[in-house]
Amino acid sequence: MRHSAPRRYAAAVLALAPALALTACAGDDGTAAADGPVTLTYGIWDKNQEPAMRQIADAFTETHPDVTVEIELTPFADYWTKLRTAVSGGTGPDVFWMNGPNIQAYASNGALEPLADLDTSGYPQGLVDLYTVDGTVYGAPKDFDTIGVWYNKDLFDAAGVEYPADDWTWDDYVETAERLTDPDKGVWGSAAALNDQQNYYDTIAQAGAEVISSDGTTTGYGTPEALTGLEFWTDQIAAGLSPTQEQMTDTSPETLFTSGKVAMYWSGSWSAVAYDSNEAVAESVDVAPLPAGPEGNQSVIHGVGNVVNAGGEHKDVAAQFAAFASSEEAATIQAEAGAVIPAYTGTQQAWVDAMPQYHLDVFIDALETAVPYPASRNTSAWTSVQDEVLTQVWSGNLEPAEGNAQLGEQVQAALDAEQE
Amino acid sequence: MSAAPGAVVPRRRSGAQQSPWWALLFVGPTALGLAVFYLWPTVRTLYLSFTEAGMFGGYTWVGLDNYAALLADPELLTALRNTFVYTVIVLVGIPVAVVVATLLNTPGLRGRGVYRVLYFLPVVTMPAAIALVWRMLYNGDYGVLNQALGAVGISGRSWLTDPATALVAVAVVAIWAGLGTSIVIFLAGLQGIPASVMEAAKLDGAGPVRTFRSVTVPLLSPSIFFVSVVGIIGALQVFDLVYMMVGRNNPALPDTKTVVYLFYEAGFLDNHRGSAAAIAFVLLVIILGLTVLQFRLQKRWVHYE
Repeated sequence: MRHSAPRRYAAAVLALAPALALTACAGDDGTAAADGPVTLTYGIWDKNQEPAMRQIADAFTETHPDVTVEIELTPFADYWTKLRTAVSGGTGPDVFWMNGPNIQAYASNGALEPLADLDTSGYPQGLVDLYTVDGTVYGAPKDFDTIGVWYNKDLFDAAGVEYPADDWTWDDYVETAERLTDPDKGVWGSAAALNDQQNYYDTIAQAGAEVISSDGTTTGYGTPEALTGLEFWTDQIAAGLSPTQEQMTDTSPETLFTSGKVAMYWSGSWSAVAYDSNEAVAESVDVAPLPAGPEGNQSVIHGVGNVVNAGGEHKDVAAQFAAFASSEEAATIQAEAGAVIPAYTGTQQAWVDAMPQYHLDVFIDALETAVPYPASRNTSAWTSVQDEVLTQVWSGNLEPAEGNAQLGEQVQAALDAEQE
Repeated sequence: MSAAPGAVVPRRRSGAQQSPWWALLFVGPTALGLAVFYLWPTVRTLYLSFTEAGMFGGYTWVGLDNYAALLADPELLTALRNTFVYTVIVLVGIPVAVVVATLLNTPGLRGRGVYRVLYFLPVVTMPAAIALVWRMLYNGDYGVLNQALGAVGISGRSWLTDPATALVAVAVVAIWAGLGTSIVIFLAGLQGIPASVMEAAKLDGAGPVRTFRSVTVPLLSPSIFFVSVVGIIGALQVFDLVYMMVGRNNPALPDTKTVVYLFYEAGFLDNHRGSAAAIAFVLLVIILGLTVLQFRLQKRWVHYE
């Protein structure tokens, strides 16, 4: 299995690469391929970012007139399923977005081209580390995201509740949610959504546990701290401060938030541009830092990287585009579009200033205490267990303590299997 | 789908005379398509079910391991149970379609075209659109269904997230969406019933109900047989409606997970393509068995004139 066919093809292609590079150098500015126009495909998953990505692609074409970039948008729910199939079948995009949970699986299976020429000095070290596998850099950090509490100011005003303070705690959060909850109007103070990165990964860290250790070998599930982090949410559902899991399956918690049924919703920096362009909430929402649990108000930090398909046809040009799409110039385009926080050092303030009506510095300040996004070599093996068990915990079919204990065993078993 | 019932079951098997060589030209294109898109993938699936696939291609031979693991997995039993329950519920659509088709075939019915269009409309609608709209109708808090029930004093529930109702709710949509196809086939069958037989029944003093029971249904039995064979095959392979209407993070998922959903989880979420191939093959064998059984049993109730 380890000596699989694509690996051997990859080796053959690598052996040919110098020859290809020679022909590439024959191009007039030494960048474009020799044989006429090249079309690259760029795989992304966020519709909100499509305009900014289009601008970046066009900017690349300006300096590389022979190269056109086609954007391939796949919604996140199907992105990884489709990508894995496409990459296996040799029809994957030339350059595509990568994330923390998947980078190790793709890189260690030879699906990605190393970015040997990338200058990594412009990026936060944590993000470079995320995309370095066995000492080789495979991804150019594109952006990063942290989590904040988005809240509906109109609902706060109507209930006569003051806006969250920067140094609030879990107790303050629950008390605020209680005061905002109004069953007669169908308004919930909070949404205990079953979202990992946005909700329980953060509270597990705030309670003092690690979902997965940084070396990817042990899980914090099963510990009393992890249970505290999970119960922060399940207690809200039990107390009626949040819609039930059934209700949030019928109507997504974010829809409930943007339609004024939920007052506080935990979400990432990526939501800013979506709310800003949604007339219903553009002026009525704002964001506060996460409330502090027993061990602080840590947020999970995660960032997308641009990677190059090892099976692509124009890998040299693709590598140039991947580097460009993560460069200072591209970062500035992203920042001004407000799409996401660019990873390139020094370009973040432009993002904060892009939507002055929100306190976006919350997301930059979160960097100080941020914890890495939990990932391992085969992340989906234990996240599928995690989703299945926590769905039953959230819907009340399984006691949180029992679910936490099950996860402690099953997630650890999945991690142990990776080491074999 | 458009094949007439008679095309599926040859009326007589006595035509043993040699076909001329050029007959091959006629079946050639279809045979080629079948070989490339059905037979070859089936052979490959069987082969892959004895292997474990690497993350991005490549595989190693593991013998019967996938089957052993699959048969020991309690999830397979649950999925089989869910799939069979779903199939049985969907079969309710057949008698409904027979009755509707008979009514639509009533001589002198006004607005017949309009009814036929209305019943056929779901068939030409995208499954994703159907799933989306029905999700909204079934919504526990804001759905039209619960509002209608509330108006007559019945308090509804969250139909798609309640394990007690989710599978039935999905099956009802499948019946609704599939009704049009069955009706078209039954209408064709009804029009093949000679008017003289109907008149004879009338002269013998049979009322509409008696005629339906003793004349229409027996003469329609080849069509009913065809629809039930195709319907059972389709229902056993259900995936799209479950995927789109139930989805992950739904508390009712364990009670609605079908065999093909299990296949999807194994192949596309957990990346165990060998196990996924084994699931696909087990389902193929089950479908094959049930279809053979139906062809055996048809002698007892299907009348070919």
